Amino acid sequence: MSGARRWVRWAIPVAAIPVIVLLAYGFRTDPRAIPTPLVGKPAAAFSLKTFDGPEISLAGLRGRVVVVNFWASWCYPACYEEAPVLERGWRAYKDRGVMLVGINIQDKEEPARQFLARFNHTFPNAPDPTGRVSVDYGVYGVPETFFIDPAGRIRAKHVGAVTDEIFSANVDRLLAERP
Amino acid sequence: MIPEIGYAATIVAFGLALYGSVTSAVAGRTGRRTLVASSERAAVGVLVLVTACMLLLIYAFLTFDFSVRYVAINTNRGTPFYYRITGLWGALEGSIILWTWMLALYTLIVVVQYRRRHPEFYPWVLSAMMGIAAFFLLVMTIPAPPFERLTPVPPDGRGLNPLLQDSGMITHPVALYLGFTGFTVPFAFALAALATGRIGDEWMTITRRWTVIAWYFLALGLLIGGWWSYHVLGWGGYWAWDPVENAAFMPWLTGTALLHSVMIQERRRMLKIWNLTLVILTFSLTIFGTFLTRSGIIGSVHAFTQGSIGAFFLGFLALVLLTSFSLLAWRMERLKAQGELDSIFSRESAFLLNNVFLVAATFTVFFGTIFPLLSEAVRGEKVSVGAPFFNLVNIPLFLGLLILMGVGPLIAWRRASADNLRRNFLVPTAVGVAAAVLARALGIANSLVLLCIAAVIFVTGTIVLDFLRAARARRRSGDGWAAATLGLLRRQNRRYGGFVVHLGVLVVALGVAGSNAWSLHTETTLARGESVELGGYRLRFDGLRGSEESNHFKVTGTFTISNGVGSRDVLYPAKKFYAQEQNPIAYVDYRLGLIEDVYLVLGDFARDGSQATIKLQVNRMVSWLWLGGLVLTLGTGLAILPDRRKTA
Repeated sequence: MSGARRWVRWAIPVAAIPVIVLLAYGFRTDPRAIPTPLVGKPAAAFSLKTFDGPEISLAGLRGRVVVVNFWASWCYPACYEEAPVLERGWRAYKDRGVMLVGINIQDKEEPARQFLARFNHTFPNAPDPTGRVSVDYGVYGVPETFFIDPAGRIRAKHVGAVTDEIFSANVDRLLAERP
Repeated sequence: MIPEIGYAATIVAFGLALYGSVTSAVAGRTGRRTLVASSERAAVGVLVLVTACMLLLIYAFLTFDFSVRYVAINTNRGTPFYYRITGLWGALEGSIILWTWMLALYTLIVVVQYRRRHPEFYPWVLSAMMGIAAFFLLVMTIPAPPFERLTPVPPDGRGLNPLLQDSGMITHPVALYLGFTGFTVPFAFALAALATGRIGDEWMTITRRWTVIAWYFLALGLLIGGWWSYHVLGWGGYWAWDPVENAAFMPWLTGTALLHSVMIQERRRMLKIWNLTLVILTFSLTIFGTFLTRSGIIGSVHAFTQGSIGAFFLGFLALVLLTSFSLLAWRMERLKAQGELDSIFSRESAFLLNNVFLVAATFTVFFGTIFPLLSEAVRGEKVSVGAPFFNLVNIPLFLGLLILMGVGPLIAWRRASADNLRRNFLVPTAVGVAAAVLARALGIANSLVLLCIAAVIFVTGTIVLDFLRAARARRRSGDGWAAATLGLLRRQNRRYGGFVVHLGVLVVALGVAGSNAWSLHTETTLARGESVELGGYRLRFDGLRGSEESNHFKVTGTFTISNGVGSRDVLYPAKKFYAQEQNPIAYVDYRLGLIEDVYLVLGDFARDGSQATIKLQVNRMVSWLWLGGLVLTLGTGLAILPDRRKTA
């Protein structure tokens, strides 16, 4: 067998390598980075009746940094993982003018109330009975979290459970912009 | 306690599989019989432990043990009994258990069947199969542990994805996995052949039946998947070139190529390297398919990224590809063909062309599936590849394959004589062309459909002609028609089993062509009492009612359908609202028929029931797909019966 032929037979195993490299590249892309055209746009207004009774409206929060979190009681495990994070974030930032609003979607009232009681949530939470708000915000799945600046523009969106780092990084950034 | 026992069993099984794999490889090198016996016991142990894991997880499902994360995500208290069991393979972790269990089962069958018959191969086969089992057990141990605990324990589970609560989804994964894991056996024998250097025809003869079985289950899985897609998803079709579908289709294509090309090696001692390559490719594609659907690297609405599982599968895929192809390269000198291609007009070249078409189709599907990734890597832009691309390239290939299906089995080996061609193909070709002309006269204008009809009739003609001739020959020796037919099927079961499988594929092909060419659909909004007409049917909207079901709220529409003949029927399409789903799930209602199905989907509706938006379809010849599946089953059964010719 000539030298050239000897090399040729290794062509198949060698050819497999670029395919594997390409597939490995796939890990670098983030399938959860679902782009939203809403970033930079004014956040859609809403006015909802909270579980505790009073109305909450986005218009009334102009001038403050607002975090809007969409959740549901059946959303295991992501909503359960982020629930304590949200409460911690709320307690850490509420005195600095940050507002956190939970919006409960595609859910039933009873389990939603149980969820709030279990995690002892003290920030306002409201059901979205008509699904209107989640449509306006283009919610893809739960949980999703929107970070809104004092001018009422959506500045960031996070899909999946929020961590302490993600929560404070986004809120700190928006707070720092305030004059 | 139960989950901990399950997890411990997984770890022990992993250890045993690894041990068995290593000891039988050592036995393969040294020929020490006691080591083989030891790894056989390990194989038994693996099967027992994996069975235990599966039963424990089923038990956790039945007892609503929501402390197990997998149970909490895939069932809830309202889930009906059957779906609590099938919830086992409703998502990643459980399907890995099912896969591993089937693999362990196949391994034990291999042990029982071959331990005394192929002393050189056997230890290597066992080593390969247990090595693969060890990989799956590793996946069960680290990236996808089915018994992982969930804290805090939720009061109720999320529930099985409503789309999966269907009979098609109970059987589809089982059939598919039997196919996927089935290809492990031929792959293990191919590796054994390369490892021992005994690369004659022995490995191929042993694994033919295994390949047929794996191929059949894969085909069945694809068809059941089509049936599920058709009657559950509510879009009225059965195939969409989705990456997940493609993942199962690719190994089926290479498996089909393999089934045909081994015949050339049997008869003419050709294509040895090629056949080994096909076995390796087919097995690699089953792993690639799992990687693709579970890694989330290809954009899909369901992007089920599952932590590090994708990396595990990619690593394994790399290991499989590099090891087996390097082994092949190392042994290549011994794999020189003895036969040569004598003529273009020969059975060899028909089979070769069949392989070229099948591999080209595989490549097309592969390329189309990973193209979004390629595009993102090269141009930084996400694109999606849709059905037009796949159809454009594949339809001509499949038409070519249909025609070859008629030519291949009847053309002579080595070099066909003019007499051979005339005798076998003149009448079928004439009948095929006549059928296309007739269809054209009846108003079918689509040239692809006409070609498909011509091809199907041509192939059917060749099969019928061949069978009649053979039966007539037997009759001359004194049998009646029935006895002659039965005798042929029994004595030449491999040949005629193959023919029956071909007939099944033809029936499926007609279903595909017919449903694409003649189906009708309309979308409209009806007020109560109003009607719409389509394809000779008149559909009247009679009203809506809501009902609270065990785990969802259901809005059912009542529609009366009648045709000109005066027969009448009532259809009840519905929408189901599950608490855990964003969007309501459509429940399609349909009347199936041999020629056409009436297919009705309820879309939007007014809350007071005064009007409803519907999608009405008259789908032609879709039933032929399911019918083709039945014929395929008969043919496969016939083909894998023990070969009678040798004993006759």
